[in-house]
Amino acid sequence: MVAVDKSKIARQFVEAIPHAVALGMRFIDLGDGEAEMTMPYDTRFIGDPKTGVLHGGAVSTLMDTCCGAAVISHPACASGTATIDLRIDYMRPATPGQALSTRAVCYRVTRSVAFVRATAFDDDKSRPVATATGAFTVEGRVS
Amino acid sequence: MSTTPSVNRRRPEPVQQIKQRRDMALNALVQGVPYIQFLGVEFDRRGDELTAILRFDDKLIGNPILPALHGGAIGAFLEITAIIELSWSLLWKDMETGVLDLSTLEAGNLPRLPKTIDFTVDYLRSGLPRDAYARARVARSGRRYASVNVEAWQDNRTRLFAQANGHFLMPEKAE
Repeated sequence: MVAVDKSKIARQFVEAIPHAVALGMRFIDLGDGEAEMTMPYDTRFIGDPKTGVLHGGAVSTLMDTCCGAAVISHPACASGTATIDLRIDYMRPATPGQALSTRAVCYRVTRSVAFVRATAFDDDKSRPVATATGAFTVEGRVS
Repeated sequence: MSTTPSVNRRRPEPVQQIKQRRDMALNALVQGVPYIQFLGVEFDRRGDELTAILRFDDKLIGNPILPALHGGAIGAFLEITAIIELSWSLLWKDMETGVLDLSTLEAGNLPRLPKTIDFTVDYLRSGLPRDAYARARVARSGRRYASVNVEAWQDNRTRLFAQANGHFLMPEKAE
């Protein structure tokens, strides 16, 4: 019961973030330290005008948001979070015209740090577009 | 130091001509990328030194309670700074020697951009709701790979609020 309310609050909180709204981000799934989000293809997010491929910054913003949401939804985290560091590896360009989706898993939470991994895909779910590894703050721990 | 004019030395170009050429090349590079325009990133040029400016806008907010800039927007700002600095350094020689045709550049025919291999951002302080600045330094620029460092600040140049390091795949040289 508590977990359901918690993920609902986290979802509302993240979906109200102005920068997430500006990029059209939506949840597919959220709860217990795992989050899945999607972002539509938009010509305003293009990084390479010659190919129409999304800018790496747009990809990393989706991944950062999704990682943060995974942390907030973790049962051990009491409130918000902030990114300490985030590393993104770009495996291939996202196919122009296709939405980008990301799945993030908060796989470990200590008293002050939450560790998260994420993978991003376009329509081809067999080849990731990018992966991310990050450390996030824990603002108040549920003991 | 001699002030006697050398016969072999070419006369320096008129200052306006130099400025116009460099600003035109930089503008073509920056204004051709939609995401740079979407975020509202501008570049200030002093000689070959670039400073990126992220103009504050409500849509950049990631935490409305504090309020603070979105970590993703900060990361994107630093990645943009790194890519433009690297592209600019690759463009510089061709631009200055006249190899690069500026009219084709202005027509939107941009040189191929470097591709990000990986990018790591350290968030040192929360981004305040005001303008932010960044400068990148190309640590190594090889035939295939480059490594770039970026520093970003808001009020004080020495008080960084974010820094980043990234690796890039160089664009193929046009034949």
